[in-house]
Amino acid sequence: MIKNAFHKFADSTKAQIIFFAAYVLITAFGLFLLSDSVIAFLVLLLSILILYYLKLNVRIKWALGLLIIAVLVPFAASQGSSYQSFMDVGTLVLIYVAMALGLNIVVGFAGLLDLGFIAFFAVGAYTYGIFGSTQANKFMPFGHFPVPGDAFWLFIPIGAIIAAVFGILLGIPVLRVRGDYLAIVTLGFGEIIRIVFNNMDHPINITNGSMGIPSIEPPSFFGIPIGQPSQFYYIALVIFMLAIYVATRLEHSKLGRAWKAVRDNEIAAQASGIPLVKTKLAAFAIGASFSGMMGSVFAAKQMYIDASSFTYLESTIVLVMVILGGMGSIPGVILGAAVVIILNNQVLTSLSTWLTQLSASGVVSVPDALSPAKMQRFIFGILLVVFALYRTKGLIPYKNKKVDAAHLKAEAAVKTSQYEEHPEAEGTH
Amino acid sequence: MNILEVKNLTKKFGGLMATRDVSMNVEKNSITAVIGPNGAGKTTFFNMITAVYRPTSGDILLNGKSLVGLKPHQVCHFGISRTFQNIRLFNEQTVIENVLVGMHQRLKGHWIGTLLHFPEVTREEEAAKVEAYKILQYVGLEEFVNESAGNLPYGAQRRLEIGRAIAAKPKILLLDEPAAGMNPKETRQLTDLIHDMRHRLDVTIILIEHDMKLVMKISDYLYVLDHGELIAEGKPDEIRNNQRVIEAYLGKEATQRG
Ligand SMILES: Nc1ncnc2c1ncn2[C@@H]1O[C@H](COP(=O)(O)OP(=O)(O)O)[C@@H](O)[C@H]1O
Ligand SMILES: [Mg+2]
Repeated sequence: MIKNAFHKFADSTKAQIIFFAAYVLITAFGLFLLSDSVIAFLVLLLSILILYYLKLNVRIKWALGLLIIAVLVPFAASQGSSYQSFMDVGTLVLIYVAMALGLNIVVGFAGLLDLGFIAFFAVGAYTYGIFGSTQANKFMPFGHFPVPGDAFWLFIPIGAIIAAVFGILLGIPVLRVRGDYLAIVTLGFGEIIRIVFNNMDHPINITNGSMGIPSIEPPSFFGIPIGQPSQFYYIALVIFMLAIYVATRLEHSKLGRAWKAVRDNEIAAQASGIPLVKTKLAAFAIGASFSGMMGSVFAAKQMYIDASSFTYLESTIVLVMVILGGMGSIPGVILGAAVVIILNNQVLTSLSTWLTQLSASGVVSVPDALSPAKMQRFIFGILLVVFALYRTKGLIPYKNKKVDAAHLKAEAAVKTSQYEEHPEAEGTH
Repeated sequence: MNILEVKNLTKKFGGLMATRDVSMNVEKNSITAVIGPNGAGKTTFFNMITAVYRPTSGDILLNGKSLVGLKPHQVCHFGISRTFQNIRLFNEQTVIENVLVGMHQRLKGHWIGTLLHFPEVTREEEAAKVEAYKILQYVGLEEFVNESAGNLPYGAQRRLEIGRAIAAKPKILLLDEPAAGMNPKETRQLTDLIHDMRHRLDVTIILIEHDMKLVMKISDYLYVLDHGELIAEGKPDEIRNNQRVIEAYLGKEATQRG
């Protein structure tokens, strides 16, 4: 009975749209009224996941999703004092999703375990940090820095390119090793980049060492300065869209197939004519470029960077997003990144605040050391173990794309080629 | 005309001579078999031709040009494709994707063209899918188009390896024990397929095979390896009656049967 009703629902586009519109409107209105409620915010965000599972035309889904993320969420959240903090978390989610999509190309598609991925984010961040502040004056013989805020936009592609170059620089020596060794070498690379950035204040002061780079110029758009999280949200949103576009387009292209072939069987991939080094380097470079772009945004948003933002823990967090979401699965990775960031920055902190309040009023007594915000690593550790045991393929496992066999059959029938149906093979099964 | 000439090919693994001084001349459009007991060095021989291993000494000439020192993918570009004794498919990808990977070097589209929606890249992809489907029809796997390669039954996996290999439009096709694990019916179909490929695809075939009935039926010429050394070569009838071969290989099998 219930199953029947569900099937009817799944078959009816109209019913789904009505249900979805009702859900979105109610939750958006809820957030609008309960303006500071984290739960209302999360329930509204959940609509994106519901949208993913509805059986609607893909284009319609994209349009609806974009509408929710770009218009409805910022608007509904705009009422309370938490507006900027919601948008800040939103921006962080978008930044990390783009990074996780980049790492997914390296780990999920090409099967190259990279434990130092945050290095490329650092490279992007330092690129804008150095030239977007007075720091560059300390070693550049010419030019006057910081560059004007309007030049920030140029640093998005520049961040992408420089990160890609670093990706290739990492790749060339690293691709001689495989599997566990690769993981160890990339881990080392990530640490080296961080340590170098932390120490490049002498003999020439390039990164200002452990003092970090302060007073990074906020971007401006035709002279209008951009400083609020609600504004960075839109910058991150555009890059996030670009990252999704690139990842989905490449996934089923010649290059995407080559990545997966190398992942599944290196020897057979080479025997099929795939150049190993070039294919792996492409994965490193393209994956890194996503991080590089977001690195620039991060530097501009924080207005201050130092090497402590790019520790090994950050690399692990991005990897957790990919594994939790589902290796190789683009929707999975997006969900994984969103879950991790929201858990980290909203749920755990809210829980901590709430517990502190309870302790203060004497209802319960929770030692400070057990505050949920401090148990981040512990909770991620548990999550990873649970997933490794019970859900190895992640929240939304990777699904192969199916071709339209009937269409291909019809096309194959009209197109003559050297392959005719093999007389004996016909009707074998 | 010889399409492939192998000269004094030797491969040492430490102290072990996997092949020693093996020379071969393979005529264009022929079906040539390489036989010999397990451990004779047959797969090692294929691995040297396809640059998985670099020969310790000797030379491999394709149409007079040396292949030694090339990378495996370059050997494929030069026109040599292969299958593997221990099946090596891209298990997580679909059957048709496996064939599309086989077409890799023939597809010209660059990934930047994919991103920018260049119409010629889109058209090439569409045409590639149709051709891949035709290849699947040809090797009898069209019912499995969207199946993950790793889920196929054994015989079908072997045929998919052949489909992937011919997708590169090779001049020479190397088959390493293609009938291993197949039932008699599948073996018969395979025999027909090999015959048919030679003419229809204008390809030279070199195969390693233990099924003597199959080998004797389809080969034009045979080479027999034992302990890394070439102990005999000739037409099927000559090999059948060669005393050394009977001792080293057929004889052993005959005694096992008797
Ligand atoms: N990579 C390798 N390292 C060491 N020894 C090898 C390697 N590959 C093959 N061999 C050895 O070379 C010999 C020939 O093996 P192989 O070519 O696989 O024989 P065949 O295919 O004729 O059964 C065997 O003794 C095998 O153990
Ligand atoms: Mg072998």
